[in-house]
Amino acid sequence: MGKRTPLYETHVASGAKMVDFGGWDMPLAYGSQIEEHHAVRRSAGMFDVSHMCPVDVTGPGARAFLGRLVANDVDKLTQPGKALYSCMLNEDGGVIDDLIIYFLRDERFRVVVNASTADKDLEWMGHVRGEGGFDVRITPRRDLAMIAVQGPNARAKFWQVRPATEGDTAVLGPFFAAQVGDLFVARTGYTGEDGFEVMLPSDQAPQLWADLKAAGVAEAGLGARDTLRLEAGMNLYGNDMDDAVSPLDAGLAWTVDLKTPRDFVGRAALERQSADSGARRALVGLKLLGRGVLRSHQKVVTPVGDGEITSGTFSPTLGFSIAMARVPRGLKPGDEVQVGIRGSLLPAQVVKMPFVRNGKSLIQ
Amino acid sequence: MNFPSDLKYTASHEWVKKGDDGLLWIGISDAAQDMLGDLVFVGDFKVGAQLKAGDTAGVVESVKAASDVYAPVDGELVAFNDALGSEPQQLNSAPYDAWIFKLKSDAALDGLLDAAAYEASVAAAK
Repeated sequence: MGKRTPLYETHVASGAKMVDFGGWDMPLAYGSQIEEHHAVRRSAGMFDVSHMCPVDVTGPGARAFLGRLVANDVDKLTQPGKALYSCMLNEDGGVIDDLIIYFLRDERFRVVVNASTADKDLEWMGHVRGEGGFDVRITPRRDLAMIAVQGPNARAKFWQVRPATEGDTAVLGPFFAAQVGDLFVARTGYTGEDGFEVMLPSDQAPQLWADLKAAGVAEAGLGARDTLRLEAGMNLYGNDMDDAVSPLDAGLAWTVDLKTPRDFVGRAALERQSADSGARRALVGLKLLGRGVLRSHQKVVTPVGDGEITSGTFSPTLGFSIAMARVPRGLKPGDEVQVGIRGSLLPAQVVKMPFVRNGKSLIQ
Repeated sequence: MNFPSDLKYTASHEWVKKGDDGLLWIGISDAAQDMLGDLVFVGDFKVGAQLKAGDTAGVVESVKAASDVYAPVDGELVAFNDALGSEPQQLNSAPYDAWIFKLKSDAALDGLLDAAAYEASVAAAK
């Protein structure tokens, strides 16, 4: 038996198909995962993401510690509530995890890490703290549950069931968060739609879920979460990057700060990689031109050399198959490549990501 | 979960019936479509192919996975249900109405599972 979130019984009662995900028993879908996907794009859906682990980083050394720990520039976090997406790297520049850091206030930060990597991440954070002698407390918050409410109507639905939060959360810009009573409400997500990710005491999670459901928010599982994030061009840890992959080869150069002199773990490796750009790879979007479904690990044949699909699926919004692929550098949108599917090479086209944002197709 | 008693089944989740055209009609079971989830592609079935029992006849793909569909007995693949090309979701909504391919075959169906045996094999796999 896997680990269970505070909403496990709720999912089972709703008839969800439960699957193992990083050691957790999580809902794959409650019915049709394509309907769940459409609900998020067209109105509002909700995901139990309580398996992800919030980690509070507090103390006089918190900012300096995070500046050493992650590749993005933590000093961008000047306004309380601001969030920052970043990778946490090893000395070789490989991605230990991708995470979001929320700046709460003064010496308080909250970091949200992936479920399957949480133990590894905490160990690494302890290691970096010890090595640098940072005066900081690292506190995993397994007492919190997390519900992501996503879609064009998500915020309105949330305010409908928790009206007292509206004043403090209506003013939040994208990638900002606020603590409102027991609720930590962040305008972040993993779908390419507007919405909130809400952290709250575990014992309050089933009631919030039930209230949102009664307000017409669709229950959505990991299946829809994956197709939504892929359409949104967002990487999945373990598929699109991992310990052996540099963020520079995973479409995440925009999250790496080499401009300031800050000495973060993995910086030296990334600088060497930048100097040897001929050996680098790129993560590109692909659109399958015929019928079929692109899947991870399929071979991609291109004019500049071979690559591999890291994530692929059928896109419910677009009605054809899309993928992310790691390929040699030098391809541009519009270029045609071939993908090995069941013994045949089928044509696909390089497209700019994201594929879909705020309900609209961004590709031809 | 539905297991019509007038059909035969395989452990690999195909259903088989002798059609009024004298051919074997083959599809995937209700249990199969439930395990796969939303079907989005049905293809690679080659009309004219001579198949042995257990050979791959083609593929069905859901959002989450691809799954081969096998010939339940020896025979020639003589028809593919083209309607499934544009509407693969018929396999979710009416798995026993939507045949996928037809085999011309003289093989006996005695070696296949009846509904009760198939239902038991599905239950045992859970």
